[in-house]
Amino acid sequence: MALAKVVLGHGSGGRLSRDLVEQVFLKSFSNPSLKPLEDSAEVKVGGVTLAFTTDSYVVTPVEFPGADIGRVAVCGTVNDLAVKGARPAALSAGFILEEGFPGDLLLRITRSMRRAADEAGVSIVTGDTKVVERGKADGIFINTAGVGLIPKGRCLTSSAVKPGDVIIVSGNLADHGVAVMNARDRLGLQGGIKSDAAPLNGMIEGLLRAPGVRAMRDITRGGLATVLNEVSGACGLTAELEENSVPVSPASRNACALLGLDPLYVANEGKIAVFCAPSAAPRALQALRAHRYGRNAVVVGRMLKEKKPQVRLVTAIGGARVLLMLEGEQLPRIC
Amino acid sequence: MKTASPAERFSSPLWRDKALAASALAEMTGLAAQAAALKGGSVNFMEVCGTHTMAIAASGMRRLFPKELRMLSGPGCPVCVTSQGDIDRVLALAAVPGVIITTFGDMLKVKGSKGLDLHAMRERGSDVRVVYSPLDAVALAQAEPGRQVVFIGVGFETTAPVIGGAVARAKKLGLKNFSSTAFFKLVPPALELLLSDPENRIHGFMLPGHVSAIIGLEPYKFVAEKYKVPCVVTGFEPLDILTGINMLLRQVVSGKPSVEDEYFRVVHAAGNPVAQKLLSEVFTVTAASWRAIGTVKATGLGFSRVYAGFDAIKRFKIPYEDAPEPKGCRCGAILLGKALPPDCPLFGKACTPSSAVGPCMVSSEGACAAWFKYGG
Repeated sequence: MALAKVVLGHGSGGRLSRDLVEQVFLKSFSNPSLKPLEDSAEVKVGGVTLAFTTDSYVVTPVEFPGADIGRVAVCGTVNDLAVKGARPAALSAGFILEEGFPGDLLLRITRSMRRAADEAGVSIVTGDTKVVERGKADGIFINTAGVGLIPKGRCLTSSAVKPGDVIIVSGNLADHGVAVMNARDRLGLQGGIKSDAAPLNGMIEGLLRAPGVRAMRDITRGGLATVLNEVSGACGLTAELEENSVPVSPASRNACALLGLDPLYVANEGKIAVFCAPSAAPRALQALRAHRYGRNAVVVGRMLKEKKPQVRLVTAIGGARVLLMLEGEQLPRIC
Repeated sequence: MKTASPAERFSSPLWRDKALAASALAEMTGLAAQAAALKGGSVNFMEVCGTHTMAIAASGMRRLFPKELRMLSGPGCPVCVTSQGDIDRVLALAAVPGVIITTFGDMLKVKGSKGLDLHAMRERGSDVRVVYSPLDAVALAQAEPGRQVVFIGVGFETTAPVIGGAVARAKKLGLKNFSSTAFFKLVPPALELLLSDPENRIHGFMLPGHVSAIIGLEPYKFVAEKYKVPCVVTGFEPLDILTGINMLLRQVVSGKPSVEDEYFRVVHAAGNPVAQKLLSEVFTVTAASWRAIGTVKATGLGFSRVYAGFDAIKRFKIPYEDAPEPKGCRCGAILLGKALPPDCPLFGKACTPSSAVGPCMVSSEGACAAWFKYGG
C-alpha cells in the first residue's frame, strides 16, 4: 500500500515505522550498508570497518527524572554504535531551536551532553544550529550522528543468531518510557521511576571480551517486543520469551498496569538485548552484571527453529501468546 | 471472610503463581467435564468486561482451558458499545469552532459513519487533547476561560462517577466553559438484554470487578434468581480469572446459581456508597444507544435536571442520527456473544488495529483487538 500521508504512528518505532522505512527510505536509498536495517550501518573505509549511525531526538518535557533530551541524544547514538561492537570515535550534534527557547536550559542540556559524552569517552566534534520561528518547532530538537571503529574479527549481526541461542536483557525494562510519560502528563506516579538513559559502550566492551555473543540490539522505541520481532525476521527463528524472567521494577510494572501499557513495548534508553550461544551465557551474564548498568542482567528467553517463526511470550501461568510489532502508538485506556 | 491488607490488595506474587494456576486448571478440567455433561455440549461463560477480555488474552490462558469451556466476550468495552450515532456526535462536537475536546486515549481512533475519527479531526484543525483524568479537563477549562472545554464521557458505572465528580467540581467552581457528554451505559440492564434473547447460550457471567466495586452485588441478584444463571464478580489477575471460572463451574455443577464475589479484596457487597451518591446526584437513568442493539429505555445514564446545563450535547445542540454499522463488520454479534472475532470476514484482513473497521478492533480492550494482538 502506498503511503498517503505521515501519521504519528509512523514515529512509534513499531510496525508503521518499519513500513515507512521499507516503503519510502529503503526504496529511495537502497544500498548494501543500509539494507540490514540494524542500529548502525557498517561501512568499509581503507581496510577498516566503521560503524555509522544517526538519530534525532524529540521529547517533551526536555528534562525528566534521570535524564534530559541531551543525555538521551548522546547515549542513544553511542549505544547504536556499541551494539554493533564498535568503539565510538566521534559524535556530531545538530540543534533545531525554537525562537524563545531559554538560554539557561540550553546550557544545562549541552552540559548534560558533555557529561554523557565524557562518560562514554567520546567527543562531540562537529555541530550545526538552526533557529526556527516560534511555533515551528517544539522548543528543541537534537540530531546526533556517530562513527566508531569495529575491531577486526568482530561481526555482530541479527542474521548470525542461531537456534538455541539465549536472549539476555541487560536490566529492568520500561523505566525510561514511564518516567517521561509521568513527567509529561504530570501523572504524579510515585516510586521514584527514573529514565535509564546511559552510555553502554563500557559495559559492552566488557561483555565482548568473552566469545559467543552473536548479536546485540539497543532496546529503545517499540520496546523489547519490537526488537525481538526485528531479530526474528532477520534470522528466521522464533524468539521465545519467559514472562516470569522479564525484569521490570515493581514501580514501573504498577505504572504500566495502571495506564494500560505493556512494558514489553515501552521505550528504554539504557538497555540492550544480547543474543549468545547457550554455553557463553554464564560468562556474558557475569560480564554484564559486573558493570553498574548491567547489574540486573538476566536470561529472558531463547531462539528456536520453527516452521513459522514468531515472537512468543510464555506467560507467568504457563500460557502462551504471540508478541506482534507495536501497532501505531500505545494509548492510555479508559478503565 | 479474610480481608486483604492494603498492600496485598495491590500486589501479590500469588496472583500469577504457576503452581497455583496449574492446580486451578486441573480442577477446572474435572469441573468443566461435569458441567458440560449437564449442559449437553460446551459450557459457555461470558466475560462482560473488556478488561477481562484483555487479561484473558494477555495471560495466554485460552489455550490452557479444557476443551468444553468457551469464554465469550460481552458488551463491556466502553468504546465498543458506543453507537455509531453517538460517535458521530462526538465528531460533530470536535467540529464546533473554538471547542477543546478532551478525551481518554481510546476514543481517538474510533471512526464515525463518514470514516473520520478524532485523530483525523485533529489533523483538520480541531483541538483534541488526551487527558488521563476528567479533572484535568476541568483544570484546562479554568486555565482557558475564553474557550469551551468538552470532555467525552463514555463508559459504564466505573467511569461515570469519576466524570460525575469532575462535573460536580466544575459546578462548584461556577465554570461556564466546561461540559461533558454522558454516553454512559449500565451493566445490569445489559445483562438483562442478553438474557431476554431466547437464543442466548450463556451459562454463566464473569462479572466486571471495577463496575461491581461501585454498584456492589445486589443489582445482579435477578440474574441468578430470575434467569437461574450463575454470576461471579471476578478480579483481573490470572489467578482471579481461573478461580472465578471454577466458581462459575461449581455453581453450574451444583445447580445452585447465585452471585458470588471472587474479587472481595476490592468489591464489597454494598459497593461504594460515596460513588453511588455522586451518580444519583449528577446523573439519572435514561435511554442509551448501544451499538448493534439500538436505543433501549433505562439502560444508561444521562445528566440529572440539576446538572443538565453541563450536557455538551444540549449546549452545542448536536442532533442524533442513526447511522449504519460499517459494512460487513460483525462487532454487534461479537458484543452479544453470538460470534467470536475470527468468525468475522473482515477480521485480520480488512480490519486490523492500524486500519480498524469496527470498534472491537479499535479499542485496546475490544475483543477483536485482543484476538488479533494475542492470538485469542
